[in-house]
Amino acid sequence: MGSGVSTQHHFAFQNAEKAFKAAALIQRWYRRYMARLEMRRHCTWSIFQSIEYAGQQDQVKLHNFFSYLVDHFTPSSHNENPGTKPSGRDAGAAFGNELPESLRHLPHSLRDFLNRMFTEERSPQDSEMENCRDYESIEVPDSYTGPRLSFPLLPDHATALVEAFRVKQRLHARYVLNLLYEARKHLVQLPNINRVSTCYNEEITVCGDLHGQLDDLIFIFYKNGLPSPERAYVFNGDFVDRGKDSVEILMVLFAFMLVYPKEFHLNRGNHEDHMVNLRYGFTKEVMHKYKTHGKKILKLLQDVFCWFPLATLVDEKVLILHGGVSDMTDLEFLAKLDRHKIVSTMRCKTRKEHKKQAEKGKANQTSSAGRPSPWFLPESHSLPTSPLRPSSQKAHRAGRSSSVPCRVPLDPNELSHWVRHSVDLELERCRQQAGFPVIKEKEEPLPLASEADSEAEGRPEPTQEAWRQVVDILWSDPMAQAGCKANTVRGGGCYFGPNVTERLLQKYNLQFLIRSHECKPEGYEFCHGRKVLTIFSASNYYEVGSNRGAYVKLGPALTPHIVQFQANKATHTLTMRQRISRVGESALRALREKLFAHSSDLLVEFKKRDKDKTGLITLSDWAAAVESVLHLGLPWRMLRPQLVSSLTDNKLEYKSWLKNLAKEQFSHENIQSSLLEALYRNRSNLETIFRIIDSDHSGFISLDEFRQTWKLFSSHMNIDVTDDCICDLARSIDFNKDGHIDINEFLEAFRLVEQSCSKGYASDC
Amino acid sequence: MADDRSREGTETAVAEFHKKIKEAFEVFDHESNNTVDVEEEEPTGYIRFEKFLPVMTEVLLERRYRPIPEDILLRAFEVLDPAKHGFLSKEELIKYMTEEGEPFSQEEMEEMLSAAIDPESNSVHYKDYITMMVIDEN
Repeated sequence: MGSGVSTQHHFAFQNAEKAFKAAALIQRWYRRYMARLEMRRHCTWSIFQSIEYAGQQDQVKLHNFFSYLVDHFTPSSHNENPGTKPSGRDAGAAFGNELPESLRHLPHSLRDFLNRMFTEERSPQDSEMENCRDYESIEVPDSYTGPRLSFPLLPDHATALVEAFRVKQRLHARYVLNLLYEARKHLVQLPNINRVSTCYNEEITVCGDLHGQLDDLIFIFYKNGLPSPERAYVFNGDFVDRGKDSVEILMVLFAFMLVYPKEFHLNRGNHEDHMVNLRYGFTKEVMHKYKTHGKKILKLLQDVFCWFPLATLVDEKVLILHGGVSDMTDLEFLAKLDRHKIVSTMRCKTRKEHKKQAEKGKANQTSSAGRPSPWFLPESHSLPTSPLRPSSQKAHRAGRSSSVPCRVPLDPNELSHWVRHSVDLELERCRQQAGFPVIKEKEEPLPLASEADSEAEGRPEPTQEAWRQVVDILWSDPMAQAGCKANTVRGGGCYFGPNVTERLLQKYNLQFLIRSHECKPEGYEFCHGRKVLTIFSASNYYEVGSNRGAYVKLGPALTPHIVQFQANKATHTLTMRQRISRVGESALRALREKLFAHSSDLLVEFKKRDKDKTGLITLSDWAAAVESVLHLGLPWRMLRPQLVSSLTDNKLEYKSWLKNLAKEQFSHENIQSSLLEALYRNRSNLETIFRIIDSDHSGFISLDEFRQTWKLFSSHMNIDVTDDCICDLARSIDFNKDGHIDINEFLEAFRLVEQSCSKGYASDC
Repeated sequence: MADDRSREGTETAVAEFHKKIKEAFEVFDHESNNTVDVEEEEPTGYIRFEKFLPVMTEVLLERRYRPIPEDILLRAFEVLDPAKHGFLSKEELIKYMTEEGEPFSQEEMEEMLSAAIDPESNSVHYKDYITMMVIDEN
C-alpha cells in the first residue's frame, strides 16, 4: 500500500534472494569438493588394482623362470652326476640357449623343488592317513590355556573356538592337526558340486573372499548370526593368504562344517593351493605360528585343499563358484572329474603318451621326466602393457588362448620328440599372436588315454581337460565385452563376457551366478545384466578404509539381498574425506616404491626428453615417461601433485626427484643402487624363491644358495649385475655373519617388512 | 607476431587440456569404451568422450569452475548467520541446505554433517569448517 510496506517487501525479497544465493554457493562448493574426493578415490583404487595385477604378472614371470630352469637342468634322477652336462642341454641348444659354465649348477634345494614341482609322485593314500594320525602322539602341556577340542565336535565347541580366537588365543598344533584330519574325512565324501536347497523360512548366506581377515568373519557371525540348522552358510573360497589370521579362519570354518555338515558349505578358491600360499603369506603364517609342527600342518593342508568342493548349487538355480566360467565350462564334466588330483592349479603334470607307456612299461616311469605343461604361454612377451585394459591389447583380440597342450615328455634321449614339441609350442604361440583360435583336436585323445592309463600307473595324473576346467572356474573374471579371452593378467583362466554367462545359464537352466575373486569398493558388484554377482567379504582389503565387505542372503525366492559392512572400529569415526585420504597415503607409498624400483629406466626416459640437457622436463613429458616405464595405466597428471612436490618454472628437475625417491626407500647406502632397484622390482618373486629354497621352513637359507639362485634369476631376467656385487650383497645381508640369511632379516633390511607390518601381520613387528 | 605467439600458447594449452580431460575421463571409463555411465547401478545415461571433450575444453579455456575462494565462501555462510554468532545450528544448516538453492539429498546432508558438526555444541563453526576442508584438500 504505502511505500513503507513495499520497501519492507523489497528488503525481505532481497534477503531471501541473498540466502538462496548463499545456500546455492555453499552447495556448489561442497559438491565440487565431493567430486574431487570421488576422483581421488577412483585414482587410489586404480593404483591398488594396478599394483596388485602387476604382482600377478610377477607370478607369471616366476613360472617362466622355473620353466626355464627345467629346460636347462633336467631334474636329477639318482644316477645323474650334478656336474655333468645333461643331454637336455642339447635340446636347449636347439633353441640357441646355452648357459655359461658358472650357471650350470642349481642349488640343491632348488633342484629338489623342481623335482617335486614337476615330477612328484603322490604317495599312496594309506601312508598319508598314517602320517595324519601322528597328531595323537603330540602332547599338549598342562600350561596350555588355549581352546581344547574333542571329537565329535559340538556346536558349543565351535562357538567357543570363535570366542577364543576373538581374544587372540592360539589353537595348539595337536588340535589343529586333529581338526584338519577330521575335516579331510568329511570333505572326501562331498561331491565336486555341492547341492543345497532353501526350505521355507530358511535363508542361505553366501560370503566371498576372507583372505585371513578374522575380524571380518567374526563381524559377519556377529551381524548375521552364527551358523545353525536354520542359518545356512556358503563360503566361496580364498579363506587364506594376505591377512594375518588365515589359520584361525580355517579352524573356525572347519569346525562349523563338522558341526553342521548339511548347512555349512565351503568352495575351493584359487588360494586354496600350496603353491600360491608360498607367495601370498599363508605358508609364512603357519611356520611362524607353529614352529615345531608347521611343516606337518602344511603337508596335511596341501591334501585338504584339493578335497574342497569346486562349486555349490542352490535349488538347482544359483551356481556359486570362486572365479567364474568360460565358454568351455562343462558342469557335467566338472561334477565327474577327480578333483583330488588337482593339487595345485599352478602346475599340471603331463599325460604320458599312452603308446609310450605300453611300449616302455612301468620301469621307465620314474626316470623320464615329465615336461611341465606351462600354465601360461612360456616365452610369451605379449603381456598387456596396461593391466587394466586387456581389451586394448592386440595379442588377445581374437580367439581364446588355452594352456598349451603338452603331450610329449621331456625324455632327454628322445630329442626328436622334444624338438617336435618345441616346434608345436612355437607354432601355437605364433597362431595365438596372429589371433587364431586354438585348434581343439589336440585335446581330444587325452581323456580317452586316461582311463587306460589308470590301470597301468596306479596313480593317474589329472587330464589336461580336467585341469583346465578347474583353472577356469577358480581363476576367471567377468568382463563387459562379449566373448571369452585368455586372462593374461592373472595368467590363468579367462575373461568371460555376458554372452558366455547367458549361454551357460540357459544350458543348465540356472538363474544367476555368484562368484568372488575380485575386490570391489562396495564389497559387491552386479554385472552381465545382474546375472553375475561378485561378492567379496574382506573389508579394508588394500588398506584401512579402502573398501567395504559384503555378504548376500538368498531366501526361498532366491532374490539376492546384500549386506555391507566395514569391520574396523576406527573407520566408523572417520569421515569419508578422512578415510579416502588415509587410503591415498598408503597407495602413494606403494607407488613411490615402484617408481624407485625403476629409477634407472626412468632416468633414461627423462634424458630422452631433455635433448638440450637442461636437467628439466615438462610435466607432460614426465607423465609420458613414467607411463612408458611402469605400464600401470594410471592417471599420472592427476597424481602428479602427490608425487612431485617442487617445480622450477613449471618444470621438474628429474635427477633430484629420483634421488629423493631413493632416499625415502632404503637405509643401506653401501649397496649398489642398481642392484637394489633390481631387488625391489623382483621382491615378491625373490621372497617366493626364498621360501621355496627354505624347504624345511626354517626361516634361513645359506649364503651360497642365495648367491646361486640370484645369479640364475638375474641371468634369466637379464638383470645386469656382476658377481662381486652379488657377493657383496649376500655378505652385507648376513648381518651376524654366520653364513646364513634370515629371510625376515633380508626383508627388513630393505624396509619390506614394513609393508607386512602395516597389515598388522607378524607379531614380532 | 604477438598474435602468433598467443595462438601458439592457446594451442599448447588446448593440447594439455585435452590430455588432462582424457586422463580424467578414463578414470571413470571402467569398460574402456569411451563412455562413462551417469548412474552407478542402473545406468540411466551415458556420456561419450567425443561429446565430453569439446565441452570440457571450452570450460577449461574459459576458466569456469575455478575453485571458490575461501573469503567468498565465508561470506556466504555469514549471510545465513545474520546475527553473526560465528556458527549455525544443526537445524539451521539442514534447513538451508535442504530447502534453499539446489537442495541436498539426505545422503549429502548426512555426509556434510558428519564432518561439519561439532558434536558437543551440535552446531557448525563454519570458519573452522572451511579451514579444515581447505587444508585437507592440499
